[in-house]
Amino acid sequence: MVAALSIDNVTLGYEQHPAVHHLSLRIEPGSLVAVMGPNGAGKSTLLKGLAGLLKPLEGQFDGLARQRVAYMPQLAQVDRSFPISVLNMVAMGLWHEVGALGGLNKSQRHRCIDALGVVGLGDFRERTLDTLSGGQFQRALFARLMLQDASVLLLDEPFAAVDERTTSELTAVLQGWHRAGKTVIAVLHDAELVHRHFEHALLIAREMIAWGSPADVLTPNNLLRARGLHEAFDDKASLCDAPQHVHSAAPAETVAS
Amino acid sequence: MIESAWLGLGALVVGPFTEFSFMQRALAGCLALSLSAAPMGVFLMLRRMSLMGDAMAHGILPGAALGYLYAGLSLGAMTLGGIVAGVLVAVAAGLVARSTVLKEDTSMAAFYLLSLALGVLIVSTRGSNVDLLHVLFGTVLALNDDALILLGAITSFTLLSLAVLYRPLVMECLDPAFLRSVSRWSPVAHYGFLGLLVINLVAGFHALGTLMSVGLLVLPAAASRFWVREITPMLLLSSAIAMVGSASGLLISYHADLPTGPTIVLCLGVLYLLSLTFGRQGLLQLRSSRHHLKA
Repeated sequence: MVAALSIDNVTLGYEQHPAVHHLSLRIEPGSLVAVMGPNGAGKSTLLKGLAGLLKPLEGQFDGLARQRVAYMPQLAQVDRSFPISVLNMVAMGLWHEVGALGGLNKSQRHRCIDALGVVGLGDFRERTLDTLSGGQFQRALFARLMLQDASVLLLDEPFAAVDERTTSELTAVLQGWHRAGKTVIAVLHDAELVHRHFEHALLIAREMIAWGSPADVLTPNNLLRARGLHEAFDDKASLCDAPQHVHSAAPAETVAS
Repeated sequence: MIESAWLGLGALVVGPFTEFSFMQRALAGCLALSLSAAPMGVFLMLRRMSLMGDAMAHGILPGAALGYLYAGLSLGAMTLGGIVAGVLVAVAAGLVARSTVLKEDTSMAAFYLLSLALGVLIVSTRGSNVDLLHVLFGTVLALNDDALILLGAITSFTLLSLAVLYRPLVMECLDPAFLRSVSRWSPVAHYGFLGLLVINLVAGFHALGTLMSVGLLVLPAAASRFWVREITPMLLLSSAIAMVGSASGLLISYHADLPTGPTIVLCLGVLYLLSLTFGRQGLLQLRSSRHHLKA
């Protein structure tokens, strides 16, 4: 079964400079979480950490080892001119079942076709990748993510360059995963979307600003504080000697979920 | 009348191969090379490494030349030298591209020039001009049993390896970050591919020489891109194009008494130009598609 995910005093960064500083929170299984914050707040870094692509400089993630995590990066480095059909691209999501050598059997093929149907690309499976628009391509990436059959789904700005209709249809897909009991964590910028469709919001700006329901988190005061935190890292910064768990110890900022 | 014309044509096409065993050997060598080099070329093209393939083909030369210096025109020594040099160039080029300010194309051009100059110099210190021509343009008409066995072995090994590496390699071209996030196959696919590239270039080196061996990789792959939209038919078509091109090159060079390696590469070039012009995604098709559909 899906385990709770706990982030325990995690500091993530590059070359010893923290991008996310002393973050602690617990995400219940099956939560639908929006991660928000200004540019440079460490949202992508946090997702990379959760995906296991970046080791924490300090602290640890718990509860990830026993479940499958699927991660969709902000700018997928997909070569969209590659000569492959949409169906075959999406079928990459079945790697955990077929590996390098196995072939797709009939039912796996049908699951790929179903996944394309869910994201609204039912008629596109024989088309090649280079014929898709930006929004259609994003839908295909959602279908691939769906086939990975993970219990924790991490999406970094999945709606960055897509129109309203695609956003609302793909939000419905996210909610479908949520109803199916999966933990969904998405980096988003659209506060209104978060208010309407998300249970939990995490506002960070290199450290935690607030965590809880969107109504409690996305207050003008919190957003102002997030904007005010300094973005660039200081080349001559001295070693951090902040006491451990400094942020989880401040109840005014942290709303337990 | 018509019948005798067909017979005459048949004699022109089949005659040289039935009559002369060196033509049979050349044909067998070329067909074997086409089977493996052309699909390798497709992946080379899709990874945008065609230029790197060219540089590596030249990178093989100093190694093969050292083998020559040590043991004369020995198949084993030149093969071994070529493989070692090819691997060194692949590794060195990767390191230079990653860790210096130069972009990959410039470091490739530098390697290519140095290797060619060094190789020519080494062969010239000991050998005659005939030997130099042998190294630069290959000896497809003088393939002995050992050489044929080597080509066949390299082809078989390449096809088997491609069958195993196929999916990881496609994913490595299409979305390397995704492959790395779901498995550990990424380096296997990358370095495995480079290794296969080296042995195929060495095989091509024996038949077509260091200057022409890339032709069999790059040209059929580029030609097939103009006809089909998906990778699987592209791999098959590129092999077919390579076979047709190299067989016709052999025949033309025989009848017109032309040097074989360059004639084969020119035949492949003609097929490439025809595809570029008449292919389904070629120039004529693009021009005539100004008329558009309603939806």
